[in-house]
Amino acid sequence: MIKYLKTIDDKCVGCMTCTAVCSKLYFKQENPARSAIQVNDLGKGAFHLVACDQECRLCVQECPVQAVTVTKGGFVRVDKNACVGCLACVAVCPIGAMRYYPGEKAPFKCVACGACAKECPKQALEITQKEERA
Amino acid sequence: MSVTRNDFKVLSERRYERKALHRGYSDRTLHVDLGTRTVEERPVSADTKKRFVGGKGYGLRLLWDSVKPTTRWNDPENAIVIAMGPICGNVNYPGSGKSLVVSISPQTGVPIDSNVGGYFGPYLKFSGFDALELRGKSDREVILFIDGNESLVQVLEAPASGLEKDTHLLAEQLTHAFAANPDELQQVSVVSSGAAAEHTWIGLLNFSLYDRRRKGIRVKQAGRGGIGTVFRDKRVKALVVRYKGIEQDNNAAADPAAVQRIGLKLHREIIVNDDKQCKMRKQGTAHLMEVMNDYDLLPVKNHKYGQDPSGPELASWVWEKLFSQNLPDGCWFGCTMACAHAVDQFLLETGPYKGQKVCVDGPEYETAAGCGSNLAVWDPHGILEINFYCDTYGIDTISFGTIAGFLMECWELGILNKERTGGIEMEWGDWKAACELMHAMARGDAFGVLTGKGVKFLASHFAKEFGADPQLMKDIALHGKGLEQSQYVAKESLAQQGGYYLTNKGPQHDEAWLIFMDMVNNRIPTFEKKAEALHYFPMFRTWFGLQGLCKLPWNDVEPSDNAKHAEPNKVPEHVANYIALYTAITGESLDWDGLIRQSERVYNFQRAFNVRMGKGKREDDKPPYRAMGPITAAEYESRAERYDKALREKAGIDPAGKAVDEKVKLLRKFRTEQYESLIDAVFKRRGWTNDGCPTPEHLADIGMDLPEVIEVVKARISGKA
Repeated sequence: MIKYLKTIDDKCVGCMTCTAVCSKLYFKQENPARSAIQVNDLGKGAFHLVACDQECRLCVQECPVQAVTVTKGGFVRVDKNACVGCLACVAVCPIGAMRYYPGEKAPFKCVACGACAKECPKQALEITQKEERA
Repeated sequence: MSVTRNDFKVLSERRYERKALHRGYSDRTLHVDLGTRTVEERPVSADTKKRFVGGKGYGLRLLWDSVKPTTRWNDPENAIVIAMGPICGNVNYPGSGKSLVVSISPQTGVPIDSNVGGYFGPYLKFSGFDALELRGKSDREVILFIDGNESLVQVLEAPASGLEKDTHLLAEQLTHAFAANPDELQQVSVVSSGAAAEHTWIGLLNFSLYDRRRKGIRVKQAGRGGIGTVFRDKRVKALVVRYKGIEQDNNAAADPAAVQRIGLKLHREIIVNDDKQCKMRKQGTAHLMEVMNDYDLLPVKNHKYGQDPSGPELASWVWEKLFSQNLPDGCWFGCTMACAHAVDQFLLETGPYKGQKVCVDGPEYETAAGCGSNLAVWDPHGILEINFYCDTYGIDTISFGTIAGFLMECWELGILNKERTGGIEMEWGDWKAACELMHAMARGDAFGVLTGKGVKFLASHFAKEFGADPQLMKDIALHGKGLEQSQYVAKESLAQQGGYYLTNKGPQHDEAWLIFMDMVNNRIPTFEKKAEALHYFPMFRTWFGLQGLCKLPWNDVEPSDNAKHAEPNKVPEHVANYIALYTAITGESLDWDGLIRQSERVYNFQRAFNVRMGKGKREDDKPPYRAMGPITAAEYESRAERYDKALREKAGIDPAGKAVDEKVKLLRKFRTEQYESLIDAVFKRRGWTNDGCPTPEHLADIGMDLPEVIEVVKARISGKA
């Protein structure tokens, strides 16, 4: 089974709680540029949430050192120790869910930990599961 | 058979101080004398760094200092230098893993330079050296081990038995023997050659990369000019480097975030555009096959023709099906162009490994054309078999393809027979005969040794020993300076004849590829425009070799709006990328003119080096007529309409009523004169004398007026050398 963060754009109000929770948890600072979940303001009160669907796995295929792998838990993660920092995975991601912060050695992405979903005041995020594609 | 590190006896060793790189350089080079087994490190002076930049520049500088004007390829003082360049090893900009190898070539007697991928160069660089020089000759088989983790260099004696001869086995053995543990196989890279490099002048060096997905080594080649032959003559079995710790900023760039940003921009361009443009990610350079056939540029039967109805049998879509897909097949980390394709589980049908399943690296265009269409081999499996054996035996597929094409034509002409070939029937299209020739080279059989000297030697040998027409031999032996031409038919493009033959090392396509600009798009119609192109492009492309870059991401993918630029052939946006990347890594400012100037210095130094070795004359820059036009009436008649038109419109001669033989002669005279005019224009543009020697004034203008260089050119110009 694939474990992933389901995003429900209709419910999002753009409060940025999720980006604060994520960047604080993984980078010890509140900074949307260091959050694996992204909130894109489409204007007129509409928002588009972006996080890895854990399913397409083009990044896994592209990594020259196999630092991007599918875990037993059913999500995709970057092994920062094995990563050489080429950013090919960032380029190949079709939805911009593989992220990097300028000057940082390795990229980062959503690992479906659910921390943001827990804090989202509007239930626009939830951790769920889906079947592996055949 | 497995070997372990304990099987290698330490003959000498040196520990060195680990020093952090600074802005793309360690400012230190490593020198190994194989005769005395001494290992030393030397600092790079600020002046050398400024004038020679890195990579090929450093290689040529060290080679110049090592050799004398009389040095031949197999003299101990001939060096092999592997040098990287400041941009080399960054993982963000695609195509940044190249190293440049130089040596005095057995084939040409002047410096050869070869640009190669694989992990060895970057690992060597991050172990702390901008270049490695190998000099002297060993009295026994040795391995040079550079341990970047332990800051240790060792000259090791190869075990008396157990070590394989050919690359696909040897590099695998050594990778396992020198990896710290099975998880660290990717942190070892091996440079090796193979059995045929010991018996021929076309030996190459294979640079390995460990492929984690295939769980085995793969290799990229420093192919041209016989550097593998020099390597084996020195009795070097292999170079092994070990380096752990590749990460985003091993170069300690001036602005690492800018390196990321510039690299990511090209990564994205490749991901979006490649499938619509060259399909390098699926087909590699083999994407060119049908294009060349369509434009009459694909070599067929020793470049006699440029097209064949069977051409589509070797088209890109054929190769795409054979290549394993969806793998990150770059030759260095972060190269999303990923053109280093491979055919897995290929079953060999001939030779010592017959019946075994192997991984074949490639073929790239040059191999598919040179060892395929050029030999009238239309079976992709035959080409794969030739490709595999060339690599593992350590010989250059380009020279091999041109040699085999020459031999097949000589067979057709009746100059060769089974008695003369040691029993090999060199019929067009017989790929097994081509393989047998290669096995003969690997075994050291008489015909293999003879033909392994290349077509320049063979042309005079066949005339002298077998009574062949000396002029015909000269015409069809496709080489310049002794180096076999690579695999584009140059006949219909005067500019490309210059691109091939007005080169420093010999006719290799890495200096200038002007066929489309010249022949198809007619963008450079005058001698002056051709000369400008034959100045700009060789200089621009030389820059890749100074930096440790690959040429392919420059113009095998283009920005979507590239055509809007006034000079789309230069891909201006990518040039801007390179300038920004150079500045981001080195911290030095550079502009477009400055980029060309960096190259111009080294290019002219290399030309002066040729002069120093007694070559570098106008006479050395002339093509055989096979590269210029139809030699025989049959060739003329195969494209009669085109050649009649050329006579009428370009030469101002009415072909009507003239016999074919006369038209052949008239066209030949015209084209030969055109080439002479081209030489005049190009030499003038490059700042050289009419005999091809850089003038002292020009050297002063470009900042390459080192006293030893000025001395050489003055001696030539005054007629003393």
